[in-house]
Amino acid sequence: MARLNKETLLDWYRQMVLIREFEETCQQLYNEKRITGVYLHLYSGHEAVGVGAIANMEIGKDHIITAYRDHGIALALGVDPNRVMAEMMGRVDGVSGGKGGSMHLASLNHHFWGGYAIVGGHLPLASGIALEAKYNETGAFVICFVGDGATNNGYFHEAVNIAGVWDLPVIWIIENNGFGMGTETSRAAGNPILHERANSYGVKDLGRVDGQDVMAMYEKVNEAAQHVWSGGGSAMIEAITYRYRGHGVSDKQYDTRFSEELEEWKQNKDPITVFRRQLEEKYKDIGSELDDIEAAQREIVAKSVEFAENSPFPDTLEQLYANVYVEES
Amino acid sequence: MASRNLPMREALRHALLEEMHRDESVFVMGEEVAYWQGTHRVTRGFLEEFGEKRVLDTPISEMAIGGVAVGAAMAGLRPVAEFMTINFAFLALDALVNHAAKIHYMFNGMFKVPLVFRAATGWGDQATATHSHMPEPIFAHFPGMYVGTPSNSADAYGMLKASIRDDNPVLFTESIGLYSKPGPMPDEDEDFILPIGKGNIVREGTDVSIFTYARGVEWATKAARELEQDGVSVEVVDLRWLRPLDTELIFESFKKTNRAVIVEESLPMYSFGSELAAQIQENCFDYMDAPIKRVSAHDVPLPYSKYLEAMALPDSDKVVAAVKEII
Ligand SMILES: Cc1ncc(C[n+]2csc(CCOP(=O)(O)OP(=O)(O)O)c2C)c(N)n1
Repeated sequence: MARLNKETLLDWYRQMVLIREFEETCQQLYNEKRITGVYLHLYSGHEAVGVGAIANMEIGKDHIITAYRDHGIALALGVDPNRVMAEMMGRVDGVSGGKGGSMHLASLNHHFWGGYAIVGGHLPLASGIALEAKYNETGAFVICFVGDGATNNGYFHEAVNIAGVWDLPVIWIIENNGFGMGTETSRAAGNPILHERANSYGVKDLGRVDGQDVMAMYEKVNEAAQHVWSGGGSAMIEAITYRYRGHGVSDKQYDTRFSEELEEWKQNKDPITVFRRQLEEKYKDIGSELDDIEAAQREIVAKSVEFAENSPFPDTLEQLYANVYVEES
Repeated sequence: MASRNLPMREALRHALLEEMHRDESVFVMGEEVAYWQGTHRVTRGFLEEFGEKRVLDTPISEMAIGGVAVGAAMAGLRPVAEFMTINFAFLALDALVNHAAKIHYMFNGMFKVPLVFRAATGWGDQATATHSHMPEPIFAHFPGMYVGTPSNSADAYGMLKASIRDDNPVLFTESIGLYSKPGPMPDEDEDFILPIGKGNIVREGTDVSIFTYARGVEWATKAARELEQDGVSVEVVDLRWLRPLDTELIFESFKKTNRAVIVEESLPMYSFGSELAAQIQENCFDYMDAPIKRVSAHDVPLPYSKYLEAMALPDSDKVVAAVKEII
């Protein structure tokens, strides 16, 4: 377990604020048509889930994979915000060279195996990555984030089942934000208590956790890590969270459709506010330190926009055809 | 015809509405078709009008959408099942090609599978590799299921009605780039049915035939107008259906112009263009005055970055250039 000293906790705070600032800036840039395209799925509201889970990883050793709602994951892992922002804008300095865009961030150094846009498609990949860890006895585990909506397609069943059969070291974290696009979890799942599915596959069911509380999130995923380290195979957690923005930037009706519920979450369960309160209780007079962190993150995000906009667009035939195949092996 | 001017999504919506009113056994299902009012707003207002029995939101379960539609159709209903985009129909490929397309044949005609799979298709919105596809030819590879894709509002209306009434499974794809494009369309009309498998000469010409479908029609028409300035007379043929393919119309047009350019939004390898070129060559060899040219997307997964994406896709300039090469 990491040492939960002040430095660590401040770092979590920093990560959460960075993510929020980055996401809200992306929304703004999209409105201004400085980020283009049809898809941009923001992580605002989910920060504690990603940050609390990743805090258990030994970065560069353990593995991580997620869906298209991937900016927060990249940032929490420590991927350079400049290069993440450049990818948002399709520039050559983007983490995927401008080919992937917002939904397909990745970083080999961080063992971040990417964001994937086909719902559920990354789940068997998680099992495969875990197979390597077991095969080579690296002692690493895989964190796989799964949307509540993604638990309803065949990929979920097949990927989790095989991880159960082979005792693969995967921590399945269901990010239950209540919706798959506009469909409430209860209208899409025969049994909406999603973590219970673990039992059907011989996977450890670790129940639900408050995904707005980064401390709780950290501890729950730590429990999962202990299980995986003990050789018990895969474990499943259901984190209850909320999505502050529409499904994606093109979902403009969201705020009005769910306004009351949305306000309730923002007012009373905001992960950053909750954590700030916890920190202020624990460390008197920490307020100005937290304010400094916030100002610094705003600065970092502003710089990332500048960096991205100074990076050229790829626009040659050579760039278009690069990496269709591995060219040298 | 022509009494209203509606975007293609509205034309589709009217076709569906009218068919649901006409036939109780027609129902719609798919992700977000009910409460969200349809991802592309084709089923806007349906839930209110027909209720949850006939407008079914599904989980994100493409394999189930595909297979459930097949079962319901075998048992006597007429499902119109929506895949938000064709990319997700890949998850249901098994239900589509191994079941929908084969059941009638496999059981020697004992069962019918009268369903329509609707799916948005196309690329050009920086949707990136897994969300950018125009893969109709893949589905059209398999006998037993029809594959059609309209290029304008009136066609969308008439073709979708025909598909819903037909007793065979139909994959009906709708180009995302065309949804908002207005076009003339008949008033509510019981009998505006555009038969399955019949193409359409959009523009008559004598020097070269452009064979295309969906969004390609726009590029071809624009190119034709430009080429006309240079004195080149271009015939534009909208195939409408990839299966069955209107070979009669194709050969007739080719025999008149003796030259062909094939315009496809999709990838070049093992494509619509490959098939058509082969068929023309086999059947009209004596009429060929020039090699057949193809204008396709570049042979790459589609990138996000906007200049790369634009470069990868066909447009009317590329069509003009191809025509000039063989004229
Ligand atoms: C196979 C597939 N079907 C449908 C979609 C369209 N789609 C994209 S995201 C989404 C909702 C997913 O919800 P969830 O898994 O809960 O993740 P969240 O967006 O809430 O993070 C849908 C239906 C898709 N991308 N892939």
